[in-house]
Amino acid sequence: MRNWFTGSVVVASATAAILTAVFVPVQTQAQTKAPAYKAPRTKDGKPNLNGIWMSNGLPNWDLEPHGPAPSVDPKLGSIYAIPPSVGYVVGGKIPYKPEALEQKKKNFAARAKEDPEAKCYMGGVPRANYMSYPFQILQGSPDIMMSYQYAGAVRILHLGTPAKAPADSWMGTSNAKWEGETLVVDVTALGDQSWLDRSGNFHSDQLHVVERWTMRSADVLIYEARIEDPEVYTQPWTIRVPLYRQVEDNARLLEFKCVVFAEELLYGHLRKPVGTPEPAPANNGKGKGKGKQ
Amino acid sequence: MCKTKWILSMAVLALAVPAVAQTKAYKAPRTPDGVPDLQGVYSNSSAVPLERPANLGAKEFYTDAEVKANKEAAAARAAAAAGKAPVNEVGTVADIHYDTAQFGLKGNVTDAMVSKRTSIITGETGRVPAMLEIATKRQADARAAVAGHQFDGPENRGIAERCIYWGNEGPPMLPVGYNATLQIVQGQGYVGIVQEMIHDTRIIPTDGRPHASDNIRQFFGESVGRWEGDTLVVDTTNFNDMPAVGRGASRELHVIEKFTRTGPQTVLYQFTVSDPKTWEKSWSGEYPIGKIDGAVYEYACQEANYGMANILSGARADEKKAAAAKK
Repeated sequence: MRNWFTGSVVVASATAAILTAVFVPVQTQAQTKAPAYKAPRTKDGKPNLNGIWMSNGLPNWDLEPHGPAPSVDPKLGSIYAIPPSVGYVVGGKIPYKPEALEQKKKNFAARAKEDPEAKCYMGGVPRANYMSYPFQILQGSPDIMMSYQYAGAVRILHLGTPAKAPADSWMGTSNAKWEGETLVVDVTALGDQSWLDRSGNFHSDQLHVVERWTMRSADVLIYEARIEDPEVYTQPWTIRVPLYRQVEDNARLLEFKCVVFAEELLYGHLRKPVGTPEPAPANNGKGKGKGKQ
Repeated sequence: MCKTKWILSMAVLALAVPAVAQTKAYKAPRTPDGVPDLQGVYSNSSAVPLERPANLGAKEFYTDAEVKANKEAAAARAAAAAGKAPVNEVGTVADIHYDTAQFGLKGNVTDAMVSKRTSIITGETGRVPAMLEIATKRQADARAAVAGHQFDGPENRGIAERCIYWGNEGPPMLPVGYNATLQIVQGQGYVGIVQEMIHDTRIIPTDGRPHASDNIRQFFGESVGRWEGDTLVVDTTNFNDMPAVGRGASRELHVIEKFTRTGPQTVLYQFTVSDPKTWEKSWSGEYPIGKIDGAVYEYACQEANYGMANILSGARADEKKAAAAKK
């Protein structure tokens, strides 16, 4: 930032703070809303985020504020209708570039087949954190593991030696540090294939996410993600999603191998048509592959 | 099938892993919660086969001289092969699959963990015990159900080809040919293990809770753990009809695993497998796993499973061709 004061660092910082307050109300609003709560500590003195967490499921339908809407397949009745929500985007609106907004609309129209969730693909960051499936935080020393029920996605948050992204991946590369009550995670190398929700909100491979995880009370964890992607958005924007501790007796992360539920969608059109004469030449095990690995 | 991350993993595995120091007196460091600290990134690559070669009979361990001779023979084979490998044409399948030499990597990493065992399975036979008749019938019935229909649809393909799981994932966890990397992270009251192949995570509670409802059946079963001195003991039940260990196992499978730190860089992994609907008796095994520098990388299998679509569309094309030939 260009600084037209020639005073001390303190003055410069104060100026930055004022500018932030005036010109970036979105972030300030998110930060000031965070209540002052001192989380219980782990044995090594860090805020204790251990637990099984889940959003209320609404952000995954559409991060922006919206009313109810019909299901992607009306034959399913009201079970899969889109439920309304107040929205999770700080400021209410995702600042799409005009051409990106067109792509978002195309994604929405094609969501039944194109949403990576339908295909049992890993949720990516930030989406995996607010899907309608629980995930578990294991606060190790020094690394933290986040294990997601959906598609068995997993992240290791590096708090020791920082990790260098070897290549783009669905769950990205995460380096983390503690800032008081907040775990701050810098997530890069996320690729361009994940979506942000079931409404086709999306990003490019220029996506950079900074997550802030802060306990709000014993059983509520506030998840904030600053989403930056100059290819797709006119400016960085922030989501703010409450995550709730799963307090059931014997709560645990069960296995959800969604591949088996996605095969009809992905490969149904490639099934052998009923009435095809058999045996087909490829089925005798000669040369074209084997029946099992 | 996708293999996007294997190159990176091989680079990690190529780093030397120290030999297992079987020091009985070794006391594991503690986590901040006061339990033995198993955390770290490990390779469970192993040169020891699961089952003992038949010609070795009841011989459970090689002698030092035999270990040395085996290593020299392997080195001689590698030297003989060096320089003879064909230079693969750019863009061919051979070029992009498993040609470690072109990346300056060491192809064979299985000498990483040192063990004198002749088989991972311990005991006199060193082999998976004979299957019960009901189990062989179950296997034969399953095979018959898809015979001649292996290419009809995705459900008839192999479980790994479908990206549901890899046979190494277990429990019991077994060495795998590539990407044999895992990371252990311990949170309060839990041990988490992520295996690079194929990015599945096991989360083992150690708070003394009982197993989940009998209604809950999973490919990897459902694990509960406890600490016995320096050893993590994991008890796994609640498998579905296709446990990841394979080998004809049923939903009655029961696996007990033990993880014991044997040195600063090493963990001894032991297991006992029983299944009254499959084997005459239980079987046990053990092998060392060793810490490596580096990380577990994301193995996105389902997300890039072009193979499945190609296999099925290939079969449909063959059928069309056959039908056209008949006309």
